[in-house]
Amino acid sequence: MPISLIQPEFKVKIDYDKCHKCGRCVQQCGWGVYSFNERPIPDDSKCRACHRCVTYCPAHCINITKNDLAYRTNDHWDPALRKAVWRQAETGGVMLTGMGNDKPYQNIFDHLVLDACQVTNPSIDPLREPMELRTYLGRKPDNVDVEPDGQGGYRLKGGDSISKNIKLNTPIIFSPMSYGSVSLNVHKSLAMAAERLGILMNTGEGGLHADLYPYQDNVIVQVASGRFGVNPEYLNRGAAIEIKVGQGAKPGIGGHLPGEKINKEVSETRMIPQGSDAISPAPHHDIYSIEDLRQLIYSLKEASGYKTVGVKIAAVHNVAAIASGIVRAGADYVYLDGFRGGTGAAPQIIRDNVGIPIEIAIAVVDQRLRDEGIRNQASIIAAGSIRSSADLAKAIALGADAVGIGSTALMAMGCHLCQGCHTGSCSWGLTTQKPELTRRVDPEWGAERLTNLVNAWSHELQEILGALGVNAVESLRGSRERLRAIGLDQQTCEILGVKPAGM
Amino acid sequence: MEFNPLLERMPTSKLPTFSDREGVFGFDRPSYSEEALSKIHGGCGLMGICDESGTLMSGVEAIKAMAVQRDRGNGLGGGFAGYGIYPEFPEHFCFHMMYHDLKAKEDAEAIFDQYFVVDLAEPMPTRPTKGITDAPLLWRYFLNPDPHKLEISEMSPEDFIVHTVMLINSSVDGAFVASSGKNMGAFKGVGFPEEIGHYFRLDEYEGHTWVGHNRFPTNTPGWWGGAHPFTLLDWSIVHNGEISSYGINSRYLEAFGYKCSLGTDTEVAAYLFDLLLRRHKLPLELACKALASPLWSEIDRMPAEEQAVMRSLRAVYGPGMLNGPFAIVLGFNGGMLALNDRIKLRPLVAARQGTRVMVASEESAMREVLDAPDRVWAPKAGEPVIARVKGMEWPIHGDLHLSASEISCAVTGVDSSCEIVEVS
Ligand code: SF4
Ligand code: SF4
Ligand code: SF4
Repeated sequence: MPISLIQPEFKVKIDYDKCHKCGRCVQQCGWGVYSFNERPIPDDSKCRACHRCVTYCPAHCINITKNDLAYRTNDHWDPALRKAVWRQAETGGVMLTGMGNDKPYQNIFDHLVLDACQVTNPSIDPLREPMELRTYLGRKPDNVDVEPDGQGGYRLKGGDSISKNIKLNTPIIFSPMSYGSVSLNVHKSLAMAAERLGILMNTGEGGLHADLYPYQDNVIVQVASGRFGVNPEYLNRGAAIEIKVGQGAKPGIGGHLPGEKINKEVSETRMIPQGSDAISPAPHHDIYSIEDLRQLIYSLKEASGYKTVGVKIAAVHNVAAIASGIVRAGADYVYLDGFRGGTGAAPQIIRDNVGIPIEIAIAVVDQRLRDEGIRNQASIIAAGSIRSSADLAKAIALGADAVGIGSTALMAMGCHLCQGCHTGSCSWGLTTQKPELTRRVDPEWGAERLTNLVNAWSHELQEILGALGVNAVESLRGSRERLRAIGLDQQTCEILGVKPAGM
Repeated sequence: MEFNPLLERMPTSKLPTFSDREGVFGFDRPSYSEEALSKIHGGCGLMGICDESGTLMSGVEAIKAMAVQRDRGNGLGGGFAGYGIYPEFPEHFCFHMMYHDLKAKEDAEAIFDQYFVVDLAEPMPTRPTKGITDAPLLWRYFLNPDPHKLEISEMSPEDFIVHTVMLINSSVDGAFVASSGKNMGAFKGVGFPEEIGHYFRLDEYEGHTWVGHNRFPTNTPGWWGGAHPFTLLDWSIVHNGEISSYGINSRYLEAFGYKCSLGTDTEVAAYLFDLLLRRHKLPLELACKALASPLWSEIDRMPAEEQAVMRSLRAVYGPGMLNGPFAIVLGFNGGMLALNDRIKLRPLVAARQGTRVMVASEESAMREVLDAPDRVWAPKAGEPVIARVKGMEWPIHGDLHLSASEISCAVTGVDSSCEIVEVS
């Protein structure tokens, strides 16, 4: 084999003085970095810095460092670009990668700050006062119609339309990650955590495994272009149905789950032959226009006894108009996925260069729906790198009803953002179907960590609300007056509807 | 060609302006939009009293109630509204006007003459009062729309009135409509409320319902029109508070066409009441539950049918929920409503003595006015105190069909709001 021009990105360093020669690192590394010959011998070129071996080495004698090999300085030719050229010259292929866009685009969340109360209005102590996070997802009527109930009170006229809404105890859901791209244990962890938290997990496009049926009231079932696992039973099991049109990491691109990942269970859940590639076409072949989407929304509602139906799209330039069309087509929520959103596998060139930031997307969609007087007709779920409760609070202040967390949820279960998801060899047992790896995630353990994370964020959100002097999350939602920008240009501020700090 | 703003709903920018005049009273009317540059912070005191039997009470009672709460203001704004005060003109709309100068008066009166039958026009009775300076020209008019003009306008009388208020406030330079309802009037200005009450000779009026307000603005110049109560038709609203959810409340209202030009919480509260009561036709009790919602934990414990109503109210009106400290008194022909925020962060005390229901920021006001209250209580957070005058018409809106932007414009006089296109 001709020699590769690409030098390893990382150096695996073992302090052999301390090493027990136990071989655990060999067993732990999903990417086969180590061979063993009296002592572990790493092949640096395969290492992705996932820190699995580091975490499990009993002697703490492994260190992973950056390979600081010097390249001739050239600000125009980042070494990563040079490596890409060499790699493509070697393979002739599209470069695949996992996780989200890692390029140094300006991060808008980091340029927004929140308000707090002083003197003229009091802040509220969340440890003493109720601090409400409950959120209802779905279409809401323009107004509430009541009639006297004959006993001095009132009852709803024309039925309770909110009863179709989905109740979330906290404005966070788990983003769609398909069974196939992640393991069944990951799905179980998400479903168990969603049930405990009173929130939702999302199947992604790979169907609903029978083991998750007990959690079906906390599951959004997704219908994507490949229609994997979609049948009437599937639609009726979910708490809500989501039509996936696009994904933030790869707008306009379909999916490809290689045949190696289609084992018996995945094949049954997806309803495709074992070992065959699972191809999700780029578009839905029955949606070539907005009226087609309307038909699909209503056929899904028809098939499911009028469940909540949402539509997931990638945040692209024209997202406001698209979202407005989606709401008018009858969607009960719009799921916006920003360009930092993660993926199990995407062409790197798309991931890093297509789409717009989620902050912008929330702002323009929320404003557009308000301008058109249809904001109440659908909820907005924002996703695509919500990294902390600060991002959560800012997303809500910009206008999101709830946020979705995917990569962050995987991180709660050990993911180190090594971007190797597309390889199917995740050392942390998350984005893989290899039984020796998937069993590393115990669903009970995973669910506990996810529950902890969401609870922690919820408490932090309560602290933020208390400082803002409000005691319900709906009073922050869309309240951009409580945000200020630091170091954003005027036009971005205007698009966000946020004043610069000091105003 | 005869210019007919009421019929053609001309964009107000086409109206003549009179900016070349000299100020006669040594001060200029700051435009509302100037006031609105930033959200106005401040604390306040308020009161409301209603005799449910319809028995009339002297305005002195309202003055007494505010005088003991003097410390809650800083002399930059005080005001009252009284209901049932014009028994000799019960079916006339009464315009209380503030004029910067005689030219403003002429311009406004030209509108009255053209579109109304004015049965009495007179200067507001006032008396010299220490502490009150720089008063504008104050006049009142008892009038009704000219039947012919009303007919060809195809508006209800109430629409006609609001449209006129909007026209005057936004485009007659130097004129401001302080109130425009039937058998009621607002008396407000720059000064402590007891001074304002003395100045307007409130001791000579008798009403079945009174509301009063004492203002503590932290950053606005005193301006007569800017004092509470805010009124439209026979509505008046006085407010003490700082609504922490102002940002989303105003954005929510914008979607219905209301333009929050003043940047004040009072304005937001007034529009929310207009939206919920008049346009969405919610009963008063439920409108209060939408604006100061019960906690989810309380809703979850309610019987199923009530729970469904409350859940819908919260889910639908969540963006309109007033969050943060406030106490509001809403006066109208037929009673008053007092409402506290959902966790009672601003004071509101209530009392009843026979048929008299009273609310105020401080209990001292109650003790000053009522000699032997049957009951004095602190209304629970979000629990409205409602007093209804026996036998008076209910609901309280009359026949009003105007759009939100027209309402906004009428209340604030900021004409930019007139250009907003109503969303369907
Ligand atoms: S890929 Fe991960 S487990 Fe393998 S050597 Fe590198 S850090 Fe260790
Ligand atoms: S896990 Fe650590 S101690 Fe064990 S062989 Fe590997 S480097 Fe040595
Ligand atoms: S899921 Fe696994 S493979 Fe993907 S980035 Fe995380 S650790 Fe790496």
